[in-house]
Amino acid sequence: MTAPMTETIAEPEAAATMPGAPRSIRFKGLLPLAGIAVLALLLLVVAPSALSTFRLNNLGKYCCYAIAAVGIGLAWGRGGMLVLGQGLFFGLGAYAMGMHLKLDAAGPDAVPDFMMNFGSGVLPAWWEPFRSGAFTVVAIVVIPAVVAGVLGIAVFKRRIKGAYFAILSQALTVAFAALLVSQIKYTGGQTGLNSLSTFFGYNLYDPVNKQMVYMIAAALLIGMLLITFQLYSSRFGELLVATRDAEERVRFLGHDPANIKTVAFVIAAIMASIGGAMFVPLAGLINPREVSALASIMLIAGVALGGRASLLGPAIGALVVGYGRTSLSEAFPDQWTYFLGALFIVVILLIPNGLTSLVTKLWRGLASKRGSSDLGGEAA
Amino acid sequence: MSGLDHLEIKGLGVTFDGFKAIDGVDLALREGRLHFLIGPNGAGKTTLVDALTGLVKATGHAQYRGKDLLSLTSHQVVRAGVGRTFQTATVFEELSVLQNLDIAGGVHRSAWSMILARRKVPTYVEQALEIIGLQELRHRPAGVLAHGQKQWLEIGMLLVQDAQVMFLDETVAGMSAEEREETGQLLLRISPNRTIVVIEHDMDFVRTFADVVTVMHAGKVLTEGTVAEIQADRQVQEVYLGRSAEGTAHA
Repeated sequence: MTAPMTETIAEPEAAATMPGAPRSIRFKGLLPLAGIAVLALLLLVVAPSALSTFRLNNLGKYCCYAIAAVGIGLAWGRGGMLVLGQGLFFGLGAYAMGMHLKLDAAGPDAVPDFMMNFGSGVLPAWWEPFRSGAFTVVAIVVIPAVVAGVLGIAVFKRRIKGAYFAILSQALTVAFAALLVSQIKYTGGQTGLNSLSTFFGYNLYDPVNKQMVYMIAAALLIGMLLITFQLYSSRFGELLVATRDAEERVRFLGHDPANIKTVAFVIAAIMASIGGAMFVPLAGLINPREVSALASIMLIAGVALGGRASLLGPAIGALVVGYGRTSLSEAFPDQWTYFLGALFIVVILLIPNGLTSLVTKLWRGLASKRGSSDLGGEAA
Repeated sequence: MSGLDHLEIKGLGVTFDGFKAIDGVDLALREGRLHFLIGPNGAGKTTLVDALTGLVKATGHAQYRGKDLLSLTSHQVVRAGVGRTFQTATVFEELSVLQNLDIAGGVHRSAWSMILARRKVPTYVEQALEIIGLQELRHRPAGVLAHGQKQWLEIGMLLVQDAQVMFLDETVAGMSAEEREETGQLLLRISPNRTIVVIEHDMDFVRTFADVVTVMHAGKVLTEGTVAEIQADRQVQEVYLGRSAEGTAHA
C-alpha cells in the first residue's frame, strides 16, 4: 500500500455523505448548509430592513436569475450539460405568469390591450385557462418539465452531448424568442406583456406587496438551494457526477445515463421556469429580450463566475452579475458590458472554478494547518 | 437449475468493416466454474465480451435467463445480471471505496431511494467489502488505491450489482505475484454460485485457477477443455503456447 494519505486529497463534495466518514469530511459536507443559512439571513432579514423598495425589488430580480442559476449549476456543474438556452424555460415560466397577470390586470371577461390593438379582440382559447391562478402555478412547473423531458429523452438517448447539445439548446432559445416576437397577436410581440399591476389580486404599486413578492422570490431561492443540497448529497447526486465524469462506465452500473441526465435537465428547467415566473411581478413586465440568447448567456456567465459545480456558487454568481449589471449600467450606460466581459476573462484565467472555490481552498488550507495529527489519525 | 443460470452463445459473429473479428463462436458458460478465455492478441476475446455486454453489434444469439443479451443495451445487460470489468480499472477515483461500492447498487434501489442520502451502509455493500478484503481502506478515495486493489474494488462493484455472470478482462495484468495469488483466491471464493469468465494472458495464473479453458484464435473457438487437455492440444501449441514464453510447458 502507498503512504498514508491525508483527507485533503479526497474530493470535497461527494465524500460527505458516507456514514462513518472521517469527521473533517463530514464537517465540510455541512459547510454549504451553513452558507445557505447565511444567505437566507442576508436575503430574508437584513436586506428587507436595509434596502429601499426600489433596491429590494432589484435584488428580487437577481434572486430570480439565481433560482435559474441553481438549476444551471445542477445541469452543467454536476451533470456536464452546457445548458446555453435556459432562457427558453425562464421564458416559459415568465410568459405563463405574465399571461395570468395580464388577464388579471384586464379584469374578468376582458381582453388584454394588445389583443385589441393587434389581434381580433377575442381571447384565444389557449389563453383562457391562465385566468385561473391555480392553473398558472401548475403550468409554470408542468410545461417546462414536459418540454425538457421530451427534449432530454430525444437528445440524450441519441447520445448528443458537448458542444452539439449546447448549440441545440441555444438555437431553441433563439427560435423561442423569435416566435414570441412574431406572434404579436398572442404574445405582445417585441413589447411583450406589460402594465402588470397586480399579483394574485395584490396591487403591485403598494410597497408592502412589493416587499411580499420579493420575500417570495428570496424564499424560493433558499428553497431551491435546500432542494439542491439534498440532491447533491443523495445517491442521485453522486450518480449524476459519475455520469458527467464517466458516462460509459455508468452504463455498466446498470443505469441509462440518458435518464439520469434527463432528470437533472428537467429539474433545471423547472427551476428556470420558477425564476422566470417570479421575475414578472418584480419587473412588472416580460418581453422577448428577457428570454433571449443574451439573457441565457448572462445566466451561464453568473454560474461560471460563482463556480458551477458548487452548491452556492451559481446563486452567488447570478446575484453578483445581476447587481453588477444594474450598477454598471447606471454608471456607464454604454460600456457596462465591457466591464462584465473583462471580469469574466479575469475570473476564468485566475479562478477557473469560480469565486466559491476560494472558500473551499481557504477551508482546505485551514484543515491542513490544523495538522494531520488529530484528523489523519482518525482517517487511518 | 443449471439451465437457468447458463449462458448459451450460438453462432456469435462480429464484423468490423468487412473484417470478421468474431466468426461464429459457440460457447456454453456454466455456473460454478472458473472459466478462462485465452488466445493470442487479436483473437477476439475482448470483442466477444464487448458483444455480450452491448458495446459492439453482433449477430447470432446469447441466451441467458430467457433473454438474448445481443438484443440488449449495456445497462439492460447489467440489469439482466451480467457484469464486466475493463482492462484498465475504471473505478470512480474521487469517490471513496465505500461510495464506489454503494454506487454500484442501483439495481437494488427504487427511484425514490435515489433522492435520499444514504443513512447507513447497506449489508450487500458491507459483504462485498469483506469479500474483496478492503475493509481497512473503506474511506480512502479509490484514486489512491494500488493497481491490484482497484481491480478488486471493481470485482466488489460487480458483487454489489449482483452480477451472476462476470466477465473479467485481464484482471491480474500488471499485478505482483502476491496480488495474483490473492486475486485467484478471491475468484475461488465468489465462483461457486456464479459464472465467472476471465480473459487472461498469464499462463501460470490460468494453470493454477482454471476449471475450464477456452482457446480463441482469429475470431473462432479453437478448443475447450481442462488445463491439461489444452496443454496437450497440438493446435493450441502451434498458435498460442508454442510461441509464448511458456512454451516449455509441453516440452
